[in-house]
Amino acid sequence: MGRFVARRLLQMIPVFLGTTALIFFMVHVLPGDPVAAMWGDKAADPAQLAAKRHQLGLDQPLLQQYVTYMGHLLTGDFGTTMGQRKVIDVISAAMPVTVRLTLMAFGVEVVFGVLIGLFAGLRRGKAFDKGTLVITLLLISIPVPVLGFLFQTVFADQLKLVTPTVQDSMNFGQLLLPAVVLGSLSLAYVARLTRTSIVENVRADYMRTAVAKGLPRRRVIGTHLLRNSMIPVITFLGTDLGALMGGAIVTESIFNVKGVGNAMYHAINQSDGATVSGFVAVLVLVFLAASLIVDLLYAVLDPRIRYA
Amino acid sequence: MPVATRVRWAVIAATSVALVATGCSSSSSSSSGTNANGVVQAWWGDPQNPLEPVNTNEVNGGAVLNMIFTGLVSYDPKTSKASNANADSITSTDQQNWTVKLKPGWKFSDGTTVTASSYVDAWNYGALVTNKQVNASFFQYVQGYNDVAPPTGAPTAQTMSGLKVVDDNTFTVALSQKFSTWPQTLGYSAYYPVPKSFFTDHAAYLNKPVGNGPYLIQSWTRSQKMQLRPNTAYSGTNKPKNGGIDLKVYTDTNAAYADLQSGNLDLDNGIPNSALKTIQTDLNGRYINEPAGIIQTISFPLYQVDWNTDNAKLVRQGISMAIDRATITKVVFTSTRTPATDWTSPVLGDAGGYKAGLCGSVCNFDAAKAKQLIQQGGGIPGGQLTISYNADGPHKEWVDAVCNSINNAMGDTKSCVGRPVGTFADFRNQVTTKQMTGAFRTGWQMDYPLIQDFLQPVYTTGASSNDSHYSNAQFDALVSKANADADVTQSVTDFQTAEKMLATDLPAIPLWYQNGTAGWSSKVSNVMLDPFSVPVYSEITVK
Repeated sequence: MGRFVARRLLQMIPVFLGTTALIFFMVHVLPGDPVAAMWGDKAADPAQLAAKRHQLGLDQPLLQQYVTYMGHLLTGDFGTTMGQRKVIDVISAAMPVTVRLTLMAFGVEVVFGVLIGLFAGLRRGKAFDKGTLVITLLLISIPVPVLGFLFQTVFADQLKLVTPTVQDSMNFGQLLLPAVVLGSLSLAYVARLTRTSIVENVRADYMRTAVAKGLPRRRVIGTHLLRNSMIPVITFLGTDLGALMGGAIVTESIFNVKGVGNAMYHAINQSDGATVSGFVAVLVLVFLAASLIVDLLYAVLDPRIRYA
Repeated sequence: MPVATRVRWAVIAATSVALVATGCSSSSSSSSGTNANGVVQAWWGDPQNPLEPVNTNEVNGGAVLNMIFTGLVSYDPKTSKASNANADSITSTDQQNWTVKLKPGWKFSDGTTVTASSYVDAWNYGALVTNKQVNASFFQYVQGYNDVAPPTGAPTAQTMSGLKVVDDNTFTVALSQKFSTWPQTLGYSAYYPVPKSFFTDHAAYLNKPVGNGPYLIQSWTRSQKMQLRPNTAYSGTNKPKNGGIDLKVYTDTNAAYADLQSGNLDLDNGIPNSALKTIQTDLNGRYINEPAGIIQTISFPLYQVDWNTDNAKLVRQGISMAIDRATITKVVFTSTRTPATDWTSPVLGDAGGYKAGLCGSVCNFDAAKAKQLIQQGGGIPGGQLTISYNADGPHKEWVDAVCNSINNAMGDTKSCVGRPVGTFADFRNQVTTKQMTGAFRTGWQMDYPLIQDFLQPVYTTGASSNDSHYSNAQFDALVSKANADADVTQSVTDFQTAEKMLATDLPAIPLWYQNGTAGWSSKVSNVMLDPFSVPVYSEITVK
């Protein structure tokens, strides 16, 4: 177990270096000159242009820029944005918002997704199962913007239960609506995955044994059935957690949430290499951590899986 | 997808904004129900650069600087006329050496006094190339600018030789050329003064900028919200009629509009295009839509041989006449553009140099005449007109409409075609490195409401924004003469004479003036837009 974790942690190093390098170079090969674009339609004074470029380090060869950047990154210095803000400030302002939004969306999809999937699976072929099939299909096929505007119109404009946009991005109550929108697609996937897995496992030998042993139904379902059915769901949830942390540009825009998606959108628009790379570096770590946790959970859920 | 509708350079990017409304006392709504302590919730976007006066060249940063600073002069929001604000007088005998006297006793919101040094130090800081301020070139007319910002190499001086402090309330400015309307440029944000703390603790200053304007910054959460409250130390005539402004950052204009309709936002000057058709009824007429100091044009690469002939002039005239501006502005832009008939903007007013119809018949839609002129000129160089634009801005629709209009006039569906360039940065790169072979979109947002600003930086030989590389010695001579005229009326007349040459040479075809738009909630009233299409925040009253 300890060795497995250690090996995985070591593997993270090349993955981290590779992804950050890739993003760094990709941002820099975007056509055009982001520095000149700071002057908009007006021509920039050449002296100012050169000074600005030097300040941002863009007058160096690309490889040297990358080495300098990584050197700073390893000492915890994320550099500055095109607008002269510390990238770490931008990240630390956006991350708490996204963490809140992610946790809520994640909570919604796990709790409701698993419960719905469980009941649908146990009542296979009944009305509830068929209803679930229709509703999840609907959720999967509606694009997020449509769902977002629909919720905004219904809950804010018609029912007047909430404000159309989030007034305070740190407020859990106000983030509920965007969280539901954000979590709904994954909720549908989780429900379907759980349902299929349950249907399959409910006829397994160990289930028959458990029932034959005379275990109470709650224990049969809770400990034996659900636990064994969770493996594909956990795999999905692990990657989904990473995806949610990466920010939801569309949902964040519709509800004016000041999270990671929002910040990344601005940075990409400005070809702001330092900011984009900084966010990606953090997100890569989040992804790697999430997938490690998923792998470890496999062993917890299924005693047959052992890591040496 | 709604997210894509707000693009960074939606309103010409390097916008410059400056204004603190002056003396607009007549418009106070004397209704009994106004609340002097009421706070206005207003739309905002993240400023691009740190909030330093010379480092701000876009609307969002500009809006804040307007509120927290008052410059030497300020512009009337209705007439654009410049009048002295912090300056007591700005005089010269030769239109080149100026003496600026300040109104004594003005204070910054931190309690320190505004002196001649506040201006001179701020200007020297802004111009010095090592301080990397985006608007440094606004000091290019001051003597010694080339020493602090040489085109290449390190600066040979730390301060500009043309600036001299005489006493606490007086300083002199020597320009490198005659510039009769120079005092009227000084309302721009690049010319604001800064307090001592700007130099002593710069990092702290950037977190909470301090100015001498009607408002002060009470709190600022980056990317989210800025709270501005009336500055009790303010000495000008433009005292806020409300209890403060809360600027709320929005990424998506649709989100802001939803908040406006539900009463969570009071003032929205980032109206999404999708709302324009219904906005009058949505807001019960609480909507303003009027020309701003922005003109959109189509420029031609006069550095290409086949575009630089006398015949090509006829072709350009023909192209201009083939464009049905009235229909396009109405259909494509839902009337948020006004067809252009000169190269300036209506916000200048007639006295300021705007002249409707100066362009003459060349800017009128006449399909038959258009075709005849193009044929007379030997047809479009290369056989097909391309109009380049940046695809990350809202340009495709109108470029296609313009091409359609030209194709219809020519009776040939292949006469004109739009040429998208992926990003704004790449597009500008191609323009400035003279890679254009066909027409391309250009726009100009004024820095200050002067006819000089619409002509000199854009059409004189070698000027910084002369993207078509137009060069006409006669035009240059007239601009120089106009700059040397002591009499403002004479100066404007000379500029207009120069402008008339553009109607024959057509380095750029005027398309339309961009309008400023804003909607507001029923909670506020007396909403105006200044010539830069920035709301006049201090005049807004709250019920």
